[in-house]
Amino acid sequence: MPPVDEILEGKDICICAGSGGVGKTTTSAAIAAGMAARGLRVCVLTIDPAKRLADSLGLRELGNEATQVDPELFEQHGVEMKGELWAMMLDAKATFDELVARQAPDEESRDRVLNNRIYQQISNALAGSQEYMAMEKLFELHTEGRFDLLVLDTPPTRNALDFLEAPRRLTQFIEGRSLRVFMKPTGLAAKVAGRGASVALSVFKRIVGFDLLADLAEFFNAFSGMVDGFQARAKRVNSLLADPHTCFLVVCGPQGEPINEAVYFHRKLVEAKMPFGGVIVNKVHYPAERLRGDSADLEGTLTAKLGDDDLAQRVTENFADYQALAERDARNIEHLAKELRTTGVIRVPYLDEDVHDLGGLAEINRYLFATSEERVELAAGRGAA
Amino acid sequence: MRPRSLVVPIALRNGVLHSLQLLDNRMRLFNGRGGLGLGLTAKESHCAGIRRGARFSCRASKLLGITPIPDILDKRLVFVTGKGGVGKTTVAVALGLRAAEAGKRTIVCEVSSQENTSRIFDHTEVGFHEVKMAENLWSISIDPDESMREYVLLQLKVRAMRDLLFRSRIFSYLAAATPGLKELVTIGKIWELAQLDRKVKSGRKYDLVIVDAPATGHGIGFLQTPRTFAAIARVGPIHSQAQQLDRLITDQAHTGTAIVALPEEMPVNETAALESELRSEVGVAVDRIYLNGLYPERFSKEEAQRLGELAEGENGVARAAARAAASEYGRARSQRAQLARLRRRVEAPVKTLPFLFEPELGVKAAGQLARKLS
Repeated sequence: MPPVDEILEGKDICICAGSGGVGKTTTSAAIAAGMAARGLRVCVLTIDPAKRLADSLGLRELGNEATQVDPELFEQHGVEMKGELWAMMLDAKATFDELVARQAPDEESRDRVLNNRIYQQISNALAGSQEYMAMEKLFELHTEGRFDLLVLDTPPTRNALDFLEAPRRLTQFIEGRSLRVFMKPTGLAAKVAGRGASVALSVFKRIVGFDLLADLAEFFNAFSGMVDGFQARAKRVNSLLADPHTCFLVVCGPQGEPINEAVYFHRKLVEAKMPFGGVIVNKVHYPAERLRGDSADLEGTLTAKLGDDDLAQRVTENFADYQALAERDARNIEHLAKELRTTGVIRVPYLDEDVHDLGGLAEINRYLFATSEERVELAAGRGAA
Repeated sequence: MRPRSLVVPIALRNGVLHSLQLLDNRMRLFNGRGGLGLGLTAKESHCAGIRRGARFSCRASKLLGITPIPDILDKRLVFVTGKGGVGKTTVAVALGLRAAEAGKRTIVCEVSSQENTSRIFDHTEVGFHEVKMAENLWSISIDPDESMREYVLLQLKVRAMRDLLFRSRIFSYLAAATPGLKELVTIGKIWELAQLDRKVKSGRKYDLVIVDAPATGHGIGFLQTPRTFAAIARVGPIHSQAQQLDRLITDQAHTGTAIVALPEEMPVNETAALESELRSEVGVAVDRIYLNGLYPERFSKEEAQRLGELAEGENGVARAAARAAASEYGRARSQRAQLARLRRRVEAPVKTLPFLFEPELGVKAAGQLARKLS
C-alpha cells in the first residue's frame, strides 16, 4: 500500500475510523503531524473525552477552538515542520448550542431550546450526539476553508458506524412525521395536558410521568422552527462525507476481533458509498528478519554463545512466543487484505516504547509515510519483535 | 450485620474446598446453592446450607495452596468497565468462569449487542435469552428494545395491551426520543436478573450477575443513567424505579465495580480518571482494577544487556532471538513502571493479569485468566 501522503493527495478531509483501543487517536495525530510537516496547514479534531490528543501533542488544554501546536516541539524531536499543525478537542455540547443558536429564528426560540431539560440531556449525554457534533464541526471548518486538510479522530463508539448514521438519526429525531402532528397547536402539548389523549400517550404518561412528557412536548415545540434548517444541514454534511475529496482510513489492531470489525466497517463504508482510502493496522508483531542458517538448534547455538543454558532456554522460549504472535498477525492481516480486496495494508509495528508524545508520533510516521518496501526494511532494521 | 455462622471445611474436590456452613436463623441466605458436586442431593445441601468457597474457608484453602475466589465475586452484581480494547469481555467471562467453578450460578450480561461473549464460547448468538455456556454459567445479550417490551409488560401486565402500545408510532417515537430511556431499561433488566425473586416468569435464580459494561466514554454515562433519569423524570413510577436502580448501583454491599486497564501510559491515565469520576459523579467506589496483559519478566537487566551485545555481533536467527529478548525486557520493564504509576494514582487494589501468548482469546484463554484472578 502506498504511503499515507500519497493516499491523501488532493484530499480535504481524512476520517480515521475503527473500534476503541486500536490507537485511532494516536494515528490521527500522527497523520496530521506528518502532513503538516510536509507543508500543509492541517487541523486534527478529536472528541475523545479522555483528552488523549492533548497529551500526544503536548497541549495543556484543547478547547472548541483550534489551537496551533508549537512548531518548536517538532524540531526538538528532529522533525522539520514546513506547514502548520492545529488541533481541536470538540466540545459536543458547545457545538450543539452554537448550532441551535445559528438555526433559531429568534432569541426567544433559541433560549427555549437551550433551557429545556430534555435538550440539555440530549446535547450532553445522548449517545450519537457527540458523533453528530463531530460531523457538524467538520462541516463548519471545511466551509470556512482555513485549512488544507482536516483529520477527524472519530469518537470511541460502541459501534464504529454510529457516526455515519448520526446526521440521519438526529434529523429523524427532530423531523419525524409524528412530530409534525405534535407541533400543531392541538398537538402533543395540548394532548398531554388535555383529556383527549390516545391510549399510547396516556400509557406513556403513566410510565414516565407527566413532567417528563410535558418537557418532551415543550422540546419538540421549541424545535419546530428549526427542523428545516437542521434537515438541510444534515444533508450537506452527508454529501460532504461522500465527497471524493474525503477519505476514510480504517484503523485496527492485529488481533482477530479488531480485524473482524475492520472488515465489517469497510463493508459498511462501501455500502454507504463512502470513499475508502485504506487500512492501517497498529501494533503489529513483524516476523523476524529472513532467517539465515539453521533455526532448529537455536537453543544449542545460544548456549554455546552465552555459556548459560538456562538463559538460552528462556531466550528460545521468548522467541517462539513472539514468532507465534507474528504468525497470527500475518494470518489476520492476510485475511483482512483478502476481504478488503486490497493488495496492501499499512502495518505499524509494535514499538518497544509506548507512543504518547511527539517523538513517538515521529516514530510511527516513519512507517505511515513509507512505501511497503521501506516499511519492511525499517522493521527488519529495528529487530525481530 | 453479617449472620453468625460456622463454616467447616469438609472436602476438597476439583481444587475447590467445600465447606459446611451452619447458619443460625438466616440459613436461607445460602440456600440451595452449591454442594451439588459433593454427591449430596439438592435437598440435603439445602438443609445443611453447604456452600462452596465460603469466606471462612479462605484461610484453609490458602494453607492448602489454593487461591480463594476473589471477594468481589461474593457480591450479587459486578460491573466490569474500562476503555475499549482492554479485554473487558475476556475479564468478565473469566470472572464468570471462576464464580461458576466455585459453585455460584452466574450470568454474564453483554449490553453492546456485539455477541462478544458468545463468540468467546464459540457459541451461536444468544440474543435476549439466558443461554447456558458452561456448568453454572449463563450468558445474555441485553437488547434495549427487548428490555423495553419486557418492562412495559411488567408494568401493564396484559400482553395484548403491550403489543397494542408497541404498534403505536407515537409510543415508539416518544420512547426513542426520551434521552437515556434505553440505558435505563437495560439497567432495569440487569436489576431484574439479579433478583432472587425474578419478575420474569420461570426466571432462573442467579447467585451472581456480571455485566460487561460499555466502554468508557459511554461507560460512566451508562452507570450514571439512573441518577440522571431520576432527575429529569421528577415524578411518576419511572422516577422511583430510576432511584431504585441508582441505589442498586451504589450499594457497595451487593454491587461491585471492576475496571480493566492496560499497562500503558494513556490507559493508566484514563483508568485513574475513570475511578475518580465514578466516585464523584456516580457515587461508586471501585473494588478492583485488573491490569491486563502484563508481560512476564523473563530477563534481568544484566541478561538483557548481554543479549543486546550478543545481537550486535550476530546475524540470522540468533540475532533475531537476542533482539526479541532485549525488546521483551524493555517492554516488561516499562509495563512495571506503568503498574507502579497506576498503584500510586488509584485507591482501589490493583491486580495484575498476565499477557497470554495465545493466538486468539477464546474460552481456553478466559479459563487461564480465571485461574489467575485474585
